[in-house]
Amino acid sequence: MKETLDALWRSDGRAIRATLARLLGDLDLAEEALHDAFAAALEAWPRDGVPANARAWLVSTGRFRAIDALRRRARFDVALAELATRIDTEEAAPSGAAGDDPLADDSLRLIFLCCHPELPEEAQIALTLREVCGLATEEIARAFLVAPAAMAQRIVRAKARLRERRVAFELPDRAELPARLDAVLRVVYLVFNEGYFASSGATLDRADLAAEAIRLARLLAELLPDPEANGLLALLLLHDARRAARVDAAGDLVPLEEQERSKFDRVAIAEGVSRLEHALAARRFGPYTLQAAIAAVHAEAPSSAATDWTQLVGLYELLRRVEPSTVVELNRAAALAMRDGPAAGLARLDELLAGGELDHYAPAHAARADCLRRLGRNAEARAAYEQACGLSKQEPERRFFERRLRELGAEPTTSRGS
Amino acid sequence: MRYLVLAYGDRSKMEKLTKEQFAALVARCKVHDEELKRSGHLVSADSLEWDCVAIRPRGGKPTVTDGPYAELREQVGGLILIEARDLNEAVRIASLHPAAHLGEELGWGIELRPIAAGCHQ
Repeated sequence: MKETLDALWRSDGRAIRATLARLLGDLDLAEEALHDAFAAALEAWPRDGVPANARAWLVSTGRFRAIDALRRRARFDVALAELATRIDTEEAAPSGAAGDDPLADDSLRLIFLCCHPELPEEAQIALTLREVCGLATEEIARAFLVAPAAMAQRIVRAKARLRERRVAFELPDRAELPARLDAVLRVVYLVFNEGYFASSGATLDRADLAAEAIRLARLLAELLPDPEANGLLALLLLHDARRAARVDAAGDLVPLEEQERSKFDRVAIAEGVSRLEHALAARRFGPYTLQAAIAAVHAEAPSSAATDWTQLVGLYELLRRVEPSTVVELNRAAALAMRDGPAAGLARLDELLAGGELDHYAPAHAARADCLRRLGRNAEARAAYEQACGLSKQEPERRFFERRLRELGAEPTTSRGS
Repeated sequence: MRYLVLAYGDRSKMEKLTKEQFAALVARCKVHDEELKRSGHLVSADSLEWDCVAIRPRGGKPTVTDGPYAELREQVGGLILIEARDLNEAVRIASLHPAAHLGEELGWGIELRPIAAGCHQ
């Protein structure tokens, strides 16, 4: 029975929590109700059997237990008695909102709630990661390089604010939606990023987070015909499609030019490209759509040599107009190095690094090192890889730079064991 | 994951309570204690006697003194262990403790400490 419940927790826990949040109007109550519902199931199901509609049973049980808890606590807080009555008498079914799966809509309500403009952005991200994606406070803290207590406080304050401002558990109306969507897409992107390329630590990615982000992106793309929602989904699918090829058996990073293209997930690429085409059809080229277009060029290329680098440089140019950043400039420079050769690439990279912003960014030095290597300027290449090594916070990335150093005949100064 | 909940109180203020005042307080605590127990997250809960002994290394040898380790206005009066999936859930559970609701004038309060996986760095 424990296995059944564990499986149910993993598959439906978050959706049930979202529905409870709507029914109870409070995130903490929902968390407690979810826990109580599963505890009740652990007790009742071995005796009575697993109910036909397990999800509905859990939602209903959680709701009743919450009402009971509120009535008990009314002994020291009278306001809770009113709340209990309100929850008890309110309609259990969601108001308005079409959709065959009301639980899906509740997950969306929850994500929009967590990304509410009343909250500072960092709180939106933290709250979404915890309440929608089910990450632990400590995990979120690690992802943001913040102490767990500080992250806990951020989440506590966010919940308090939503309560104070009486923010409703409702989907934004059609007029508000595009603006609200921006914040949500940003959060989803960040979650994927964390799963795909963990900010620090020994392993390169966390498949569960990436899968969660894709799930959310898909939900958003399906509910909202906004091209950027499709663009984001396309981007995530195209990145994820290369997951198996990115890392070798030893967990080491495989650079793009060495990736076995046969390991690319063609089904994911097909879906990604289809979503991208949808997004492009709207002729509003947002940053996610452009990044997806870039990813598509890579994913569809038969080899690194046969990649359309000219198209890539063009796409980066569009991207930097829409969302200028030094990282975009860096990536454009790397594409330039492929289109025009390492000398041109190096010139551009040196220009960028002179600006100072990329000084502490390992990939910038690695890109430079790569150009130097291709030019046969090995001593300088080694120095640049040493710099990249020192700046890298990622074990597999660092091992990759050390590998390059060994190939150049150097003994890495930060050598690790086997 | 397990978390430690330390319930603090001002001993001198509490010792000034009359028997009736103290009984009334205990009665009010009961409601909260029950909530904590019902949560299903409680591993253990104990009240502590005020009497304490401090043992410190002095020249590499244990030296015993009576009284608390640190002279603070509030001292630990309760020790609770809870099980929670993360720090925020632990905050929610720990907030059920009476010292999070009552005893403001008696210096009551809670300190929540995650129990470390390994040794302190």
